Amino acid sequence: MTRHLLSIDDVSAEEIQQLFATAAEMHDVQKREVKKLPALRGRTVINLFFEDSTRTRSSFEIAGKWLSADVINLSAKGSSASKGESLRDTVLTVTAMGVDGLVMRHSASGAAHQVAGWLDIPVINAGDGMHEHPTQALLDGYTLQRQLGGPGSLEGKRIAIVGDLTHSRVFRSNVKSLSKLGASVVAVAPPTLMPSGVAEWAKADGFATSYTLDDVLPEVDAVMMLRVQRERMSGGYFPTSREYTVGYGLTRQRLALLREGVPILHPGPMNRGLEISPEAADAASSRILDQVSAGVAIRMSVLYHLLAGEESA
Amino acid sequence: MSLLIKGASVLGAEPTDVYVDGGVIREIGTVSATADEVVAASGLVLLPGLVDLHTHLRQPGREDAETVASGAAAAAAGGYTAVLAMANTSPVTDTAEAAVSVWELGREAGLADVFPVGAVTKGLAGEELAELALMNRSRAGVTVFSDDGRCVSDPRVMRRALEYVKAFGGVISQHSQDPSLAPYGSACCHEGELSGRLGLPGWPGVAEEVIVARDVMLARHTGSRVHVAHASTAGTVEVLRWAKAQAEKDGSWAVTAEVTPHHLLLTTDLLAGYDPTFKVNPPLRPAEDVEALRAALADGTIDAVATDHAPHARQDKEHAFVDAAFGMLGLEEALSVVSTVMVSSGLLDWAGVARVMSTTPARIAGLEGHGRPVAVGEPANLALVDPAATYVVDRDRSLSLSRNNPWHDRKLTGRVVSTYLRGKQTYAG
Ligand SMILES: [Zn+2]
Repeated sequence: MTRHLLSIDDVSAEEIQQLFATAAEMHDVQKREVKKLPALRGRTVINLFFEDSTRTRSSFEIAGKWLSADVINLSAKGSSASKGESLRDTVLTVTAMGVDGLVMRHSASGAAHQVAGWLDIPVINAGDGMHEHPTQALLDGYTLQRQLGGPGSLEGKRIAIVGDLTHSRVFRSNVKSLSKLGASVVAVAPPTLMPSGVAEWAKADGFATSYTLDDVLPEVDAVMMLRVQRERMSGGYFPTSREYTVGYGLTRQRLALLREGVPILHPGPMNRGLEISPEAADAASSRILDQVSAGVAIRMSVLYHLLAGEESA
Repeated sequence: MSLLIKGASVLGAEPTDVYVDGGVIREIGTVSATADEVVAASGLVLLPGLVDLHTHLRQPGREDAETVASGAAAAAAGGYTAVLAMANTSPVTDTAEAAVSVWELGREAGLADVFPVGAVTKGLAGEELAELALMNRSRAGVTVFSDDGRCVSDPRVMRRALEYVKAFGGVISQHSQDPSLAPYGSACCHEGELSGRLGLPGWPGVAEEVIVARDVMLARHTGSRVHVAHASTAGTVEVLRWAKAQAEKDGSWAVTAEVTPHHLLLTTDLLAGYDPTFKVNPPLRPAEDVEALRAALADGTIDAVATDHAPHARQDKEHAFVDAAFGMLGLEEALSVVSTVMVSSGLLDWAGVARVMSTTPARIAGLEGHGRPVAVGEPANLALVDPAATYVVDRDRSLSLSRNNPWHDRKLTGRVVSTYLRGKQTYAG
């Protein structure tokens, strides 16, 4: 494994399987009465969040604590640039207090990459703007692989990712990780929510694109719905939420287009009634809550691999 | 103080001697006179001192990033004897007093003639015209007006500005960026496959092209002169080609354009590592655009090279990419970049370099003592260039106060070795 987890580019297919295997062990720990492993005892991990995300922050916090690390949460929202302090100065100051690893969320694409260049401790990207969210993609892949039958089971499977692809770091990371796991991705969105240059990009990276969800659903082995922000309407990306739902929502009627038992994923938080109907969110085939519990296991695995050091690796 | 430059190749022609006295070229040919200073210039090319239409000197307001004096020193090191200092300082150069104060700081530094560019609109707000005529009538003699950093995006304001400067032969230099297609601040990267992959908000080429197209129509309608700052796309080149043909036919209006050294050499793929050194406005474009810009400079569709020298203090670049300041240094390496890109490839000869980096920019800005032929009776504003020198740029050797140098560690061919402002040496390499 590389020193940092900034992008899915940092991990090979084999390393992803290693991370999954460790995560499976960690997952079992969650079922125990005492959920503590001593692996990171004496280590300090800082969760530096420049952007709010209770869900991701708590997941990393629990993961760190179950590995016996000291976890410090720091919200740096609006604190640096507005005070005139550079990002570099902010992270150098925060990590100078004897920190062993940095988990970082930032609203700007590339921020974690830049920070990793300034620090000599492992940096884990907990989401950088519209760029990547590698631990989310790993937990999605882990959830799907377990659901579809274990290691190798994603080989040749077709997975739809549906929604606001332009602004989605979950999409950018998943398109890479699912390909590494052998699956083929079909990215579905209205043309206004397709990333720029997507045609060349899809050709180079071997995924498909579609504007028509109804054509795609009958042939997929899993479907991943992305959150759509209502404010995209004012940006002119689509006319009304009603029109979005009719075109791209996983409605009750559309559920019938899916083959029996096809897993439904959503990174959360969901807009029920916009991109996903209550019937789909609560369907027997919905894996949305599994994703949340897998999140802790995956983050334990990532922290373990990057921070536990040679003696315990 | 007399100066004898021996055996220099004037604009790339046969070697000759050039004798200067009292700041004026007195004799060219085989000169037998002796001088206070004799420079052995065999193998060197002698050019008229370069003229930069587009420099940011940051004074007043950000003297930690650059001052008029440090910028003028960097200009001299780049072979420049005249620079036009953009108006987006703090406060903005939108009054005669502000313009005169910049002009005087340049005179005190004495390293290059500094001509302030006046803002088109008060405070660069794009709403009300600044006191254009008063700036023109001041000692600073402002002829070029620009809200650079911002686009005069309201077509009504642009129309009035173009009309108004006709009274005194001014020119509007436009930063062409439709802010609703490429929002200031957020649009930070050429919109294309790479911005899609990196998740960076895109700055599509069309946001430049629609403004260039609109402005040439407004210049035609008003019978005025518009100058396109830092052209960056092949589409802009197409519009310019059409517009120049029309302007020539009509004879009553004019359009000129400049390109930066970085848009002639660097491409958008440099952003893959999110290094804010390469964050610039307009953004670096793909190779197809770079090719089109080179061809347009060679065939005259683009008239001039201008640096858009944009110094920034270290901390202003050490933010996340989307939050970091736009801009890169340019004065010291401009000639080397043009030499590497245009001369080495045969797209321009040295006479062509003199045209695009000195003669034409001086003509566009209406400067009298600059961009003159290297001829007897002309002011001795000169740059001596070693066309064969190859070197690796080291940003720490800069005379600028800033270090945001996109050429750092890059190998360039052709280098300024000396600069003379009215016969006085302002740079010795
Ligand atoms: Zn500009």
